[in-house]
Amino acid sequence: MNALMRRFRPEQIRELVLVVLIIMVIIFFATQIENYLSPRFFNRISTSVAIIAVVAVGQTLVVLTRNIDLSVGSIVGFTAYFVGQQLADNNEIAPLAVVLMAIGVGAAMGAFNGVLVAYGRVPAIIVTLGTLALFRTMLVEYSDAQTVITSSLPAWIIDLPRANIFSIDKLDFRLLVGIMVAVVIIFQLMLSYLPYGRRLYAIGSNPDAAKVAGFPSQRIVFFAFVLCGALSGLAGFMFLARFGNITVVAGLGIELKSVAAAVVGGANINGGAGTIIGTLLGAILIDVIDNSLIRWAEISQFWREALLGLMILLAVAADFVIMNRLRDLWARSELQMTQQDVEETQTQEEPGHVA
Amino acid sequence: MSHDKNFLSVVWDKLKSWEGFLLLVLILIIIGNTSLAPNYLSIGNQMNLFILSIEKIIVALIMAFIIINAEIDLSVSSMMGLSACTLAWLYSQGAPIPVALLAGLLIGVLGGAFNAFWIAKVGLPSLVVTLAMLIGFRGFARVLLEDKSIGDFPVWFDTLGQQPLVGPFPLALLLFFLFVIAAILLLEYSGFGRYVYVIGNSREVAEYSGVKVNRVKTILFIASGTVAALAGLLFAARLGAVRGDLALGFELDIITMVLLGGVSIFGGSGSIYGVLLSIMIVLNLRNGMSLANITGHVQTGVIGMLLILSVLVPNMTQTVRAYLDRRRLAEASSKNNEQLSVNN
Repeated sequence: MNALMRRFRPEQIRELVLVVLIIMVIIFFATQIENYLSPRFFNRISTSVAIIAVVAVGQTLVVLTRNIDLSVGSIVGFTAYFVGQQLADNNEIAPLAVVLMAIGVGAAMGAFNGVLVAYGRVPAIIVTLGTLALFRTMLVEYSDAQTVITSSLPAWIIDLPRANIFSIDKLDFRLLVGIMVAVVIIFQLMLSYLPYGRRLYAIGSNPDAAKVAGFPSQRIVFFAFVLCGALSGLAGFMFLARFGNITVVAGLGIELKSVAAAVVGGANINGGAGTIIGTLLGAILIDVIDNSLIRWAEISQFWREALLGLMILLAVAADFVIMNRLRDLWARSELQMTQQDVEETQTQEEPGHVA
Repeated sequence: MSHDKNFLSVVWDKLKSWEGFLLLVLILIIIGNTSLAPNYLSIGNQMNLFILSIEKIIVALIMAFIIINAEIDLSVSSMMGLSACTLAWLYSQGAPIPVALLAGLLIGVLGGAFNAFWIAKVGLPSLVVTLAMLIGFRGFARVLLEDKSIGDFPVWFDTLGQQPLVGPFPLALLLFFLFVIAAILLLEYSGFGRYVYVIGNSREVAEYSGVKVNRVKTILFIASGTVAALAGLLFAARLGAVRGDLALGFELDIITMVLLGGVSIFGGSGSIYGVLLSIMIVLNLRNGMSLANITGHVQTGVIGMLLILSVLVPNMTQTVRAYLDRRRLAEASSKNNEQLSVNN
């Protein structure tokens, strides 16, 4: 038991539980829906998860610092429309420039949030509730109630969602999914190994201590919002590629899904705990349920929202009650282990003392 | 307040406060609006303003309690939708309206108690619980009505929502007056109101002084759910038809009204008078923008901006004031040092 406990952390058990849950959900729906385990469905869900997951990674960075970003849905919508409009006006823009433009616009919007939260000391919930409305207004005003339509876009972006990196039999591994995997790996590595990543945890678990330790708290929080905005911008580009037709309601509700993915994936809403891998698993679980309910004939698809709300609550409550117990257990067994170590070394040393 | 201060200086002190600033803003907005539409300031038009947003401002009153208590309830607009949908669904299933109304209110009590359980009993942050229920309650509302719209309520029900009941006042406005009086009495003059402030200032201090923190929070969240449900029912009666997206996004206006009214988002301070002034500001501002042909979307954006500013401006003035105080202290101490060195 102790050896097992040394090897696994409570967070990893949670991730394992999530994997099991995802498999159980898939098995359940496979018995309910015909042709559920088809390559087509896999492709559809993987592309849909890709967008949510990229936003959720950004959301996780912000949540780690004990903040929240409710404006991501509007950022996704605005960048998708803005970039789509530029592309429609000028089909010659290079693909890389388009992606950079999306990330840049998103980062600028994130910076607006970040300045107000970090330097203006306005609570994140207030700032982003405001910008949720503000950015959407910018989109409505900018678009003048027009729609970006697929036929006005250059061919490469229309083909993008069907572009494969490789495929096994009919299971395609799409380019959009590749972007998501790259984002997940980069940001997981950043959180685990880079000083900036570790500082995000430090600020979230104890802002006062982080300040006393001399961390530039304001700058760290500011950049968390910038990164979140940039990732939402990237997701906006992916949104444009996936749907082609962009209206003023694009990205509506993504903010809640991204919060749900982060929280279900184990990010503590009080900051200081969470992983990108967990967030990815959370996004997969939420999106699989969401997409499956649309096709499940037994109950109305209108249950999707209600279930999403309950899932967030359940995840937070489970985190609060179960994870706290587990961490206690671990902390206690660690104490015992270190005590044993101390005793062992003492008994080894004793003969020497006698001599 | 000392006795030697004359009346004018007392008034001047009041005007220098946040409420005074709000009053100034309100007067400016009204002057602007009057120049756009000459008979703007008529009592009829002002009352119309209130009636058109009566549901939001009723909920804003209870939201003030919650935020002074250093919590937040993001689920109110979804609860408004859920209670209205419960009413409409039961009615469409053949239940008489009074039964459906009671059921709608009951849903509000239960929903509020559900929030309160997780917040006060389990100890989860209200931000997450009510964010989850912002989605959850709305989801249940959609489950009930799917994509249908249910109307054709009995005539007396529509009349109750749309026509004046006593004199020129419809039921909702009368209820609002009642709630305002109750809110002022509760918050300013009762022991319960003191508890609300104390807990908002410091939960620990309140606990150590024997305040039953969890009981106060439970009462507040149940009250919030119930008032929101009542507001949803009033909205249904005024509109005469209910859809799943009823009251969608109202939390933005409601929270803006409370925070702009000088209630601190960190809890512990604020007054109903300030909230009343900011309600007037938001209503007049929205109406003025409509007069100036500004679309609803831009109005929402402006309200969003107002929400951020209502917290940012007090923060900034506090920072500037602290900086000035520090400088004054530094100057004073350097003067002292000079004198000391001269004396030596």
